[in-house]
Amino acid sequence: MCTVCGCGEGETRIEGHDHEDHSHGHDHAHDHSHSHDHEHDHHHYGQGPARAHAPGMDQQRMVQIEQDILGKNDRYAAGNRQWFADHGILALNLVSSPGSGKTSLLTATLDALAGELPLAVIEGDQETSNDADRIRATGAPALQINTGKGCHLDAHMVGHAVESLEPAEGSVLFIENVGNLVCPAAFDLGEAHKVAILSVTEGEDKPIKYPDMFHAADLIILNKIDLLPHLQFDVAKCLEYAHRVKPGVQILQLSATSGEGMENWLQWIRMTRQTRLIGHPALQSHSAAVPA
Amino acid sequence: MHEMAISESIVQIIEEQSEAKNFSNVKTVWLEIGRFAGIEIEALRFTFDIVSRNSVAEGSSLEIIEIPGTAWCMECGKNVDIQQRFDPCPECGSFQVQVSGGDGMRIKELEVN
Repeated sequence: MCTVCGCGEGETRIEGHDHEDHSHGHDHAHDHSHSHDHEHDHHHYGQGPARAHAPGMDQQRMVQIEQDILGKNDRYAAGNRQWFADHGILALNLVSSPGSGKTSLLTATLDALAGELPLAVIEGDQETSNDADRIRATGAPALQINTGKGCHLDAHMVGHAVESLEPAEGSVLFIENVGNLVCPAAFDLGEAHKVAILSVTEGEDKPIKYPDMFHAADLIILNKIDLLPHLQFDVAKCLEYAHRVKPGVQILQLSATSGEGMENWLQWIRMTRQTRLIGHPALQSHSAAVPA
Repeated sequence: MHEMAISESIVQIIEEQSEAKNFSNVKTVWLEIGRFAGIEIEALRFTFDIVSRNSVAEGSSLEIIEIPGTAWCMECGKNVDIQQRFDPCPECGSFQVQVSGGDGMRIKELEVN
């Protein structure tokens, strides 16, 4: 465990995040690990045989807590969100099942937008830095978070990753979450939007099988549509299911491999970034070409 | 299996509260878990038992208060009970329903000594 702020429970590893030398660029409320050495020789009145209570000696009381269990994550997420807003960064949390083509979509996106917009990537995987290596090959700065046994990224990990990655003002920051349609739904990272990616090689009923995730998404991408002629996938049914879980959600159909429909996604990124940058100085400095 | 992370959060909150509210042993933890919170209760119990070891919550029992799912139907203009997130309005069949309750999870109170 990190001895400075108590983070790093489990086996999370963040590239560039040195647990011995913390320099926190933005203000996370860090909880320091305490040493809880309790003497275990208390007198436990009322816990004797048959749990008989000794009248007048009962020390038990009720303590009202009334706290959100994910409150701490939500506070880190709020810190990240504020930092992104201050720096004019559009943070997108990409969520999907494993094998939906998330990393291929991301590399195709980075290739297409390189030189036009400042880009950065946080890669979440249980193990290996293979995906971050694929991303770096596109020239975009990328940082890998290995969650170890963890099944999702949380806002605290992302906060540390952002400190190390130092995305440029006005960047589009893609956060590629761990491939999992269940757990990442519950953890706000401070992103502007969750983008759920679903591919036509999966079942068309995924949106109603994993309603929490598709409900949390602001944009759904239906990927690998070049494979549709070879499959039984019912696109209309899939769209209907998605709209049941999230009425009115925007859905883009594309193929990261063939490039079909990619321009719509790129335009969505450009327009969303522009909208968020209204009134922010980074819009002026990065509205045209990006310095190499 | 994010129940492990949820259990860690619960234990952390209890540890913080043990200092603030001066208790050293927790007997019972009451949790409010919404129907749409995405929590598998059995997995939560299992991981809580493991994660709470060597903490003030060690050996405590979890009492789960399930919060039903409610939604606002835009067609009917009223609150309705729903079983799943993508359920249509039970009164009019519309899918234009906005979940209004049952998607949270909280620690309500503790029995301590």
